[in-house]
Amino acid sequence: MSKFERYGLGILKGMTVTIRQLLLRHPTVVQYPEQRLNTSRRIRGNELIWSRERCTGCATCAKACPQGAIEIVTSSNTNNNKYEVETYRVDTGYCIQCGLCVEACPYDALFLGSSYERAKYRRGDIVQSDDALLESPERPASGYYHPRLAEKMPEQTLLIDKITEKR
Amino acid sequence: MAIKTEPFVLNIGPVHPSTHGVFRMRATLDGEVVLDIEPVIGYLHRGIEKLAEQRTFTGFIPLTDRLDYISSMSNNMAYCMAVEKLAGVKVPERAQYLRVIIAEMQRIANHLIANGSFLNDCGAYFTPFLYMFREREKVVDLFEMLSGQRLTYNFMRIGGLSQDIPDEFLPALRRFLDKMPAFIDEYDRLLKENEVLLARTRGVGIITAEKALNCSISGPVLRSTGYSWDLRKADPYLLYDRFNFDVPVGMQGDCYDRFRVRMEEMRQSVRIIEQALKDLPLKGAVRADVPQRLHPPKGEAYAHIESPKGELGFHVVSDNSIAPYRVHIRPTSLLNLTALREMVRGWKVADLIVIFGSIDICLGEVDR
Repeated sequence: MSKFERYGLGILKGMTVTIRQLLLRHPTVVQYPEQRLNTSRRIRGNELIWSRERCTGCATCAKACPQGAIEIVTSSNTNNNKYEVETYRVDTGYCIQCGLCVEACPYDALFLGSSYERAKYRRGDIVQSDDALLESPERPASGYYHPRLAEKMPEQTLLIDKITEKR
Repeated sequence: MAIKTEPFVLNIGPVHPSTHGVFRMRATLDGEVVLDIEPVIGYLHRGIEKLAEQRTFTGFIPLTDRLDYISSMSNNMAYCMAVEKLAGVKVPERAQYLRVIIAEMQRIANHLIANGSFLNDCGAYFTPFLYMFREREKVVDLFEMLSGQRLTYNFMRIGGLSQDIPDEFLPALRRFLDKMPAFIDEYDRLLKENEVLLARTRGVGIITAEKALNCSISGPVLRSTGYSWDLRKADPYLLYDRFNFDVPVGMQGDCYDRFRVRMEEMRQSVRIIEQALKDLPLKGAVRADVPQRLHPPKGEAYAHIESPKGELGFHVVSDNSIAPYRVHIRPTSLLNLTALREMVRGWKVADLIVIFGSIDICLGEVDR
């Protein structure tokens, strides 16, 4: 190696790699907003989905949250002797999408969302509560910690499976 | 004959692409020669050690992702191992095998970024960087499959892993392992003998083994000096004593050796993963039975692992409450940075950037 160091053979050798990439391979990237890859089945998207039917108001999620972003108010009305969830409020500005609340929930009432373009235009929209947290076609749930949901989701696109060599 | 000139103080950083984050150096120059540098750190200080005291033991795991954000899985693992030691939790064997596999995948991903950005600093502008990112992307895809996110994985839990691996993970990992050695050969072909790279890095920024030990440097920077010290061999944690692998060492401790050591370590990591996949139990629990609100007994524990950047340790003190009394982190990057001044004295400003890039630091871990 050191004998021919002065002649620039190493540079030529390196250029065979780049030329091979140029001529014999497809580009690895995709054009994002037009082409989209399937995300992981366990994607931790940036929203939280709450099921009003299953939630009992035990507040295990609020205790598990490392950021203290979940606030639960349970029946302040003592007249009818019922334990109800009055408010379920999440400050998504504080949420770090760690998924510990979903893991902690003993009643499967919490899901993480599977969408990832969730910028808000008004600061007030960051704090979501009650009906804004329910599942809807615009807010699909992800399979994180819910294996049955994960089975139904489309398979993740992997870069390993992408054919890069030109035939 | 050098001309006597007035020393000139040049500020490099904190917002500069070759400082790998928000590192700032106050360099005293004589012409183009670096006389002295004064590192200024703390621009990314978030007080993570203090934040740990206000969180439960499990609740601190997502924050460890934010230390060395290039290799989050290793941080998670080191912290979980410290708490497991404290609470006396025994991790199931399948989880240990998976931890080894994940830690070695993380090492590949980290070294790809380290070498890519190092070559970027050397002037190989973004071509090798993007070639290496292509392969890192494949590892990150697999981590996304496991944990649902691509940077802050939060996948390890006290007593094992957060969930079992999905069915499609192992076949995908095998496909990756089949292709990876060919890609490492490709990088070697691309730049190993490149004359410009050799001229820029060989003999530059030499540090001796003795000095490196005195500065408590660890990881590839220490091994590049020819001193074979790897915690996977020296103090085998998890199941590392069951696998056959070599510890690559350098010759003289210059920038080129650090680059080569990282390349060789990637090959060894592929070797370890292949062995681990062979022995991995197909069925079994991946998480020990640990209560959600863990109260470890009063006491303290220190666990260290060979993270991609070097020795990463967590010292956790418990006072039998749900939150740690104190968490101290032994940051790899900060200690590896301590010898920077010794390395760069007498070199030129362009070499300063190369030497700094060859140490492979992550500012999230330096400033914490």
